[in-house]
Amino acid sequence: MWEALTFQAGHNAAVVAAGCIAFGLAAGAVGCFVLLRGRALIADAAAHATLPGVAGAFLLGLALGLDPRALPWLLAGGGLTASLAVLAANALARGGRVKDDAAIAVALSVSFGLGAVLLSVVQALPVGGQAGLSGLLLGRAAGMAEADAWTMAAVALVALAVLGALLRPLSALLFDPLQASLAGLPVKALDVALLGLMLLVVLAGLPAVGLVLVVALLIVPAAAARLLTARLPAMAALSAGFGAGSAHLGVAISAAAPGAPTGAVIVLVAVAVFALALLASPRRGLVAALRRRAALLAAARAAAR
Amino acid sequence: MSFAALDLVPLLAAMLACLACGLLGNLLLLTRQSLLGDAVSHAVLPGIVLAFLVTGSRDAAPMLAGAVAAAFAAALLVGVLTRAARLSPQAAMGIVFSGFFAVGVVLLETGVGRRVDLDLDHVLLGQLDTLVWPAATGWASLLDPDALAALPPELLLIGAVAVAVPLLFAALWKELRLLAFDPDFAAVTGFAPRALSALLLAALAVACVAAFWAVGAILTLAALVVPPVVARLLTRSYRAQVLVSAIVALVMGAGGVLLAGVLPAALGQDWAVSGAGMVAVVGGVLVLAARLAARESG
Repeated sequence: MWEALTFQAGHNAAVVAAGCIAFGLAAGAVGCFVLLRGRALIADAAAHATLPGVAGAFLLGLALGLDPRALPWLLAGGGLTASLAVLAANALARGGRVKDDAAIAVALSVSFGLGAVLLSVVQALPVGGQAGLSGLLLGRAAGMAEADAWTMAAVALVALAVLGALLRPLSALLFDPLQASLAGLPVKALDVALLGLMLLVVLAGLPAVGLVLVVALLIVPAAAARLLTARLPAMAALSAGFGAGSAHLGVAISAAAPGAPTGAVIVLVAVAVFALALLASPRRGLVAALRRRAALLAAARAAAR
Repeated sequence: MSFAALDLVPLLAAMLACLACGLLGNLLLLTRQSLLGDAVSHAVLPGIVLAFLVTGSRDAAPMLAGAVAAAFAAALLVGVLTRAARLSPQAAMGIVFSGFFAVGVVLLETGVGRRVDLDLDHVLLGQLDTLVWPAATGWASLLDPDALAALPPELLLIGAVAVAVPLLFAALWKELRLLAFDPDFAAVTGFAPRALSALLLAALAVACVAAFWAVGAILTLAALVVPPVVARLLTRSYRAQVLVSAIVALVMGAGGVLLAGVLPAALGQDWAVSGAGMVAVVGGVLVLAARLAARESG
C-alpha cells in the first residue's frame, strides 16, 4: 500500500492514481459550490442520466464505423443526455403541481431506465468492449488506460480553470443571490456555468467512481470542509484537498486489497474524512458540542450551589 | 417454453412491485419526501447483504429485518446530520445513502457477494429476466399445487407486500390522508404522526426490498415516483390520486415487461432488452403524456 501511495507500484498503478486524484481535486473544488447552491440532487440525477448517452454513443459509434470504445466519444454522449435530463426535470417542475425533488427523481430514474434498455442492447451485440460500458456504472479504475487518465485530467483541469475564472461572481452568487442579481450579475448564466462545471466533473468521475456513486465525491468532501471553515476560498481549497486525498488513499487501499472496488472504497474514505470532521471540528463538531454542554451544566450547578 | 413459464412471473413481479411502491410513493410525494425513497432504495443494500452474512440464509425474514434496520439507521443518520452538521436534507441524504451503498458494494465485491449469490449488475439493473417458472407447462399449472410450490420465492415476497400495502392504505385511510395533507393539524389533535411516519418508513423499506428483486435498486425509484407524479398531474383529490397512481403502477409494470419481450420479437430479433429498464421508460412516457394533458386542460 505504501508503494501505491508513493506512485512506486508500477506505471499502470501510477496512471490510475493520477487520473483519480485529478478527478478528486476537481470534484472537491466544484462540489463546494454545488453543495452551497443546493444542487446536490440535480448532480446525482445528471450522473445517472449519463448512462443512456454512453450506451447510445456506443451504438451510434458502431453504426458509423468509429471506435465505439473511445472514452471522449462515450463521455460526449453522456454529457448530452445528462443535460437533457436536467432540462426535462426543470420542465416537469415548471407547472407547479410537481415539486423539484419529485421532478428530479423522475428524470433520474427514467433516464437510467432508458440507459438500462440501451445497455442490454449493447450487451446482446456480438462485439467486444461492452465490459468497459458496465464498468462505468460503479467505476473500473483498474482498467484505466493512459489516454483515459489524460482525458480525466484534462476535464478536471478545464473545470478548475473555469472555476478559478468565475470565483468572484460565483462567491457573490452564493453569498446573497438577491444582492448579486441587483448588482447586475448574470445570475442565470452563472447557474448554467455552475451546472456545466458540475457536469464536467461528473463525466471525469465516470471511469473512476462510476455514475452511481460519483455524486458522493461532489458533496462529501465539500460537507466535511464546511464543518471546518466558513470562508469560501478556504472551504474550496480544503474540499479539493479532501477530494484528492480520498481518491489517492482509496486507490492505494483498493490496490492492496484485491477485489475491493476502487470507486466504492474512494467514497468510503471520503465518508470517513467527513465523519472525522463531524466529530472533531472545533466549532461545529459533536465532541466540541458535548464539551460546551458539559461546561454549561457545570456552570449551572456551580451557580445553584 | 410457454408464456406461463417465461413471461408470467416477470410480468406479475413488475406489476405488483410497482403497485406496492407506487402507493407508498403517494405519501412521499404529498409530504415532499420523494428523496427519502431514493435514500431508502439505496440504503437497503448493505442491510440485505449483512443479513445474508450474519444468518447465511436467503430467507425473506432476515433479509427484510436487515433492510428495515438499515432504513431506520439511514433515516436516523440523516436526522443527525441535518441537525449537527446543519446540512440541507438533500445533502445529508446524499452523504448517507452513498455511504451505505458503497458499503454494500464493497461487501458484495470482496467475496460475500459470491457466497450470497447476489450479482451487482442485478442489484443495479434488476433481474426480472431471471425470474422464470420452469415448473410451469401452461396455464393449467396455475391450478397445479406442485407447480405453484415451485414458483420463484421472490414472487411470493413481492406478492405478499403487494397485498399488505393496499391493506395498510385501507386500514389507515383517514390517518394517512391527514399525514399527507396536514401533518401539523394531525399533531395538534393528538394523533401520532411520529409513529405513523415510522410505520411508513418500515413499509417503504419492505416495499423497496420487494422491488429490489424485480427491478433493482435504482429503478425502484421509478416505481416510487412515477405513479404518484402522473396522478398528481391528472387529479385533484386524495382518493383519485391513490386510485390513478395504482392504475399507472400496474400499467407501467405490465407495459414495460411486455414491450421488453415483445418488441424485439416483433422486429425479428432474438435478443430481449432489459425489462426493468423498459418499465421505467414506459413510466417516463406516461409522465410526458400526463404533463401534456395537464397543460391542455390548463
